[in-house]
Amino acid sequence: MKTCLVVDDSSVVRKIARRILEGLDFAVTEAEDGSKALEICRQRLPDAVLLDWNMPVMDGFEFMGHMRRLPGGDRPKVVFCTTENNVAHIAQALSGGANEYIMKPFDKDIIADKFAEVGLIPVGQAFA
Amino acid sequence: MTPPEYEYLRKFLRDHSGLDLSADKQYLIESRLLPLACKAGLSGIGELVQKLQGAGSGALVTSAVEAMTTNETFFFRDKVPFDHFRDTIMPEVLKARAGRKSVRIWCAAGSTGQEPYSLAMCLKEMGAMLGGWRVEIIATDLSQEVLEKSKAGIYSQFEVQRGLPIQMLMKYFKQTGETWQINPELRAMVQHRQLNLLHDFSQLGTFDIIFCRNVLIYFDQETKINIFNRLARQIEPDGFLVLGAAETVVGLTDAFRPVAERRGLYKPNDARAPAARPALSGAAPRMAAIAGL
Ligand SMILES: C[S@@+](CC[C@H](N)C(=O)[O-])C[C@H]1O[C@@H](n2cnc3c(N)ncnc32)[C@H](O)[C@@H]1O
Repeated sequence: MKTCLVVDDSSVVRKIARRILEGLDFAVTEAEDGSKALEICRQRLPDAVLLDWNMPVMDGFEFMGHMRRLPGGDRPKVVFCTTENNVAHIAQALSGGANEYIMKPFDKDIIADKFAEVGLIPVGQAFA
Repeated sequence: MTPPEYEYLRKFLRDHSGLDLSADKQYLIESRLLPLACKAGLSGIGELVQKLQGAGSGALVTSAVEAMTTNETFFFRDKVPFDHFRDTIMPEVLKARAGRKSVRIWCAAGSTGQEPYSLAMCLKEMGAMLGGWRVEIIATDLSQEVLEKSKAGIYSQFEVQRGLPIQMLMKYFKQTGETWQINPELRAMVQHRQLNLLHDFSQLGTFDIIFCRNVLIYFDQETKINIFNRLARQIEPDGFLVLGAAETVVGLTDAFRPVAERRGLYKPNDARAPAARPALSGAAPRMAAIAGL
């Protein structure tokens, strides 16, 4: 089973994301900020990270930088999922090593499409 | 809605757009046509039917037919057809048309533009390979409303997140507030025309590639067969037809055959003599000569 780490300071968002991702057959772990997420990644890297940008303690962008420098840290697919919906943020995320980018609000179809896009799930799985 | 009203609307829709509703789709008609009736100041479906039967109801007919169409579409829908387009169709067409250096593509139910613009983006990504080529993409649809949206090329944040890789969004769209508009260069690659597939479309000329996806599913078998046979007359003998994921010609017509190991791709079975094909303007001289025999 593939693993996905959901990083978001809103427990509501984490819950919604968890439900969607479990529906796509992911084993989900959660973290409420970048530094907690980094601790989890130091133990074990997930296959995917669904990553909010603005969070207390350590934001998503900073977390991604640290995670990418861990041994094997280039492997997890990082999908940003944030209300930051402008070109400048998207460009920054991509050049910082993000694989995909979701502008909130999101739903099951968007998550499935974006995860399929980076090869985390087969195309069309959401409709199976 | 009374049974005669339902029967009237079923026939009305079959005649006007090909939409083939089974005997139990009253709820669908109500959910789509009640809002329309309200907007037109009518009391309900009954009065709407009366108006549709009356003379001078042209505008109402059009809106009723358009309201019943399903326009759902995404960028790079089903992905695989666009991989085929890039890896199988275009390489073959580029080789076959190296003489005249022109390609004609038809999106026969282009809806709000995601399909034709996905093709335009694929072509852009091919870059220098297409230098000096003339590529036409013609997007047609029954509904004027979706064509207007397609022409404008403006999409909501929601729409640009369905099927469109983020790199493509960054590369080919411009953000204005909450919406995203596809670049003028890509918009200029797509021509739009209103067209009902039930009607004659021979005036569009002949195409190398026809995308006709997720529209024939709404039609009855006879209508599908009729359209396949007419599509076969608008496609080059070595051209490609691309259907939706749940569609096939198998068991319906001999005009096309599936391409092995390329799901959704079909080639015409050309039984007709080349001479019977209409001459192409701008065709290579040799072809024109054959056509003139
Ligand atoms: C579900 S969309 C398919 C869009 C796109 N080809 C795709 O696969 O995503 C179907 C489209 O067919 C159009 N349509 C329905 N009946 C039609 C007809 N008789 N002639 C032409 N277009 C028609 C509708 O207006 C709608 O935009």
